[in-house]
Amino acid sequence: MSVTRFILGRLSRLVATLLVSSVVIFSALYVAPGNPIATLSGGRSLSKESVAILEKRFHLDQPFFVRYVNWLWGVLHGDLGISIKLRQEVSSLISARMSTTLTLVLYASVIILVVGIGCGVWAALRPGVADSSILVTTAVSAAIPAFVATTLLLFIFVLRLGWFPAFGSGDGLADRLYHLTLPAVALAISSLAVVARVTRAAVREELVREHVQTAISRGLPRSMIVRKHVLRNAAIPITTVSGVTMASLLALSAVVERAFSVNGLGAYLVNAATTNDFAVVQGISLFIVAAFTVTNTVVDMLYAVLDPRINLGTTAT
Amino acid sequence: MSMAALTRRREQQPVYNRLRLGGLGRSGVFFAVLIFLAALVALVGSWIAPHNPDASDLNRSWVGPFELDGHLLGFDGQGRDLLSRLLVGARSAVIGPLGVVVLSIACGTLLAVFAAWRGGRIDAFIGSGLDILFAFPGILLAILAAAVFGVGLGAAVIALAIAYTPFVARILRSAALKVRSQPYIAALEVQGQSGLGICARHILPNMGALVVAQATTLFGYAMVDLAAISYLGLGVQPPQADWGYMVSENQTGILQGYPLPTLLAGCSIVLVVVAFNVLGERLYQRAAAAGTS
Repeated sequence: MSVTRFILGRLSRLVATLLVSSVVIFSALYVAPGNPIATLSGGRSLSKESVAILEKRFHLDQPFFVRYVNWLWGVLHGDLGISIKLRQEVSSLISARMSTTLTLVLYASVIILVVGIGCGVWAALRPGVADSSILVTTAVSAAIPAFVATTLLLFIFVLRLGWFPAFGSGDGLADRLYHLTLPAVALAISSLAVVARVTRAAVREELVREHVQTAISRGLPRSMIVRKHVLRNAAIPITTVSGVTMASLLALSAVVERAFSVNGLGAYLVNAATTNDFAVVQGISLFIVAAFTVTNTVVDMLYAVLDPRINLGTTAT
Repeated sequence: MSMAALTRRREQQPVYNRLRLGGLGRSGVFFAVLIFLAALVALVGSWIAPHNPDASDLNRSWVGPFELDGHLLGFDGQGRDLLSRLLVGARSAVIGPLGVVVLSIACGTLLAVFAAWRGGRIDAFIGSGLDILFAFPGILLAILAAAVFGVGLGAAVIALAIAYTPFVARILRSAALKVRSQPYIAALEVQGQSGLGICARHILPNMGALVVAQATTLFGYAMVDLAAISYLGLGVQPPQADWGYMVSENQTGILQGYPLPTLLAGCSIVLVVVAFNVLGERLYQRAAAAGTS
């Protein structure tokens, strides 16, 4: 199978997944109990005419399918509808918070990739003290949920050492990164441990392979063997686990955003879910699902680049 | 190079140890005992709690351990006895994940065996359905469930069970396929035994070890996710005691210089999760040694 066909197949699967997810998200909130008109009126009783006007404005008088297609058409043009609660465009409500959350998630991803893969490779190449201490540390930190990590970080770095601010997301890039350091670490800590452990196992597996042993016995420089023979082959499991963990960060960000009072997408999603602001819930959920699926598709495509031997006709996962 | 010899020796060593302790190794047995203790606390915690976990007295908020007679761990931010709340809070922290595991393992196993048995189009259909479900992270589904059905532990448990099913089904399907391709299954088919009977009597029992290993590992994940959902205020509702929510409700104590309640609740979660993770890993190794994965 040619590479173009492979990529086209993956893209069509991506579109199919996104379409079905959008139906699921839209219909879940469509069947949700609670009347949007009642939310609008705030409990006051309205005349028949004003109810009809409101229904018309928010398209509540149309059948499910029409409303879904309208909504999807809007979404594809960057219009996520109107928040009935705040009477504002959902896209403008979301976009302000999106940059904060994306910064946070990218920051955490960089930490996961650099520290996680670094520690894993280091542990694999240096059996002994370094290896066993990294193994023990990652075994414990893999089990530390983000909200418990938050507690520890707040106590040590905010209260005891006073190095970082406890709340807020900061203005300007440098200040924002400074504010988001602790949230990013809290978000990264357990994924980082998982990535480190998988990296270590993958590199170990490659080290004992015959072609690597042959290269060592032929006296090739160690750094070259590690780069060209070990890491190149270990890259596939490392990419898989990094991709999956990074894709799930966006949903997890709700927890750390709440803990550090960062005004981001995740915290806003939880807020909207508890106050029945359905248009906002739909918009953010769709964004999270889309980001997750796109990341997974990109990882899938990376396999083909990383290992040309992979049979492009089958699923690589 | 010594690296190869070293890694090989390390991997071989524990086998002799593991054989004797039911194949679990020393750490496996240790953590199994720990899980048993946690289950015990979840069962009898509300009876052995020394005080009423909900009785609050704001005069005693953030009072430390041993400062008042009979209050071993002191008080939380609302002046409630911390030890009692930890003991009582174990129940929802354990029951929630148990529900998630039972539901997702049941659905996942059924789908996996069905897909592997019928193969072809049905297999492909189930596979693509699961792929779509895979795009919804557990926490997101739980938030959606809270928006649709209102907050509470029940909605969160069902949402997480749905989110975990694709993971279970994907791994178990390949195990079921392996059993399905054995010659003796074909022999049974030729003898005219019903597909349902073969699945129930031969395929399922052969996957048992792997199912148990999966259930154990999933329990750890479910516990973390449910605690996070309660932490967000979408799961167990106050004033009920729950480890996840206790981390959140006592977090104000950190900046007031009294982190003990939130840390203890967090540590209880981490300890049980580590126990389930290690035990799950050992069970996977045992299942692999028995040749079912």
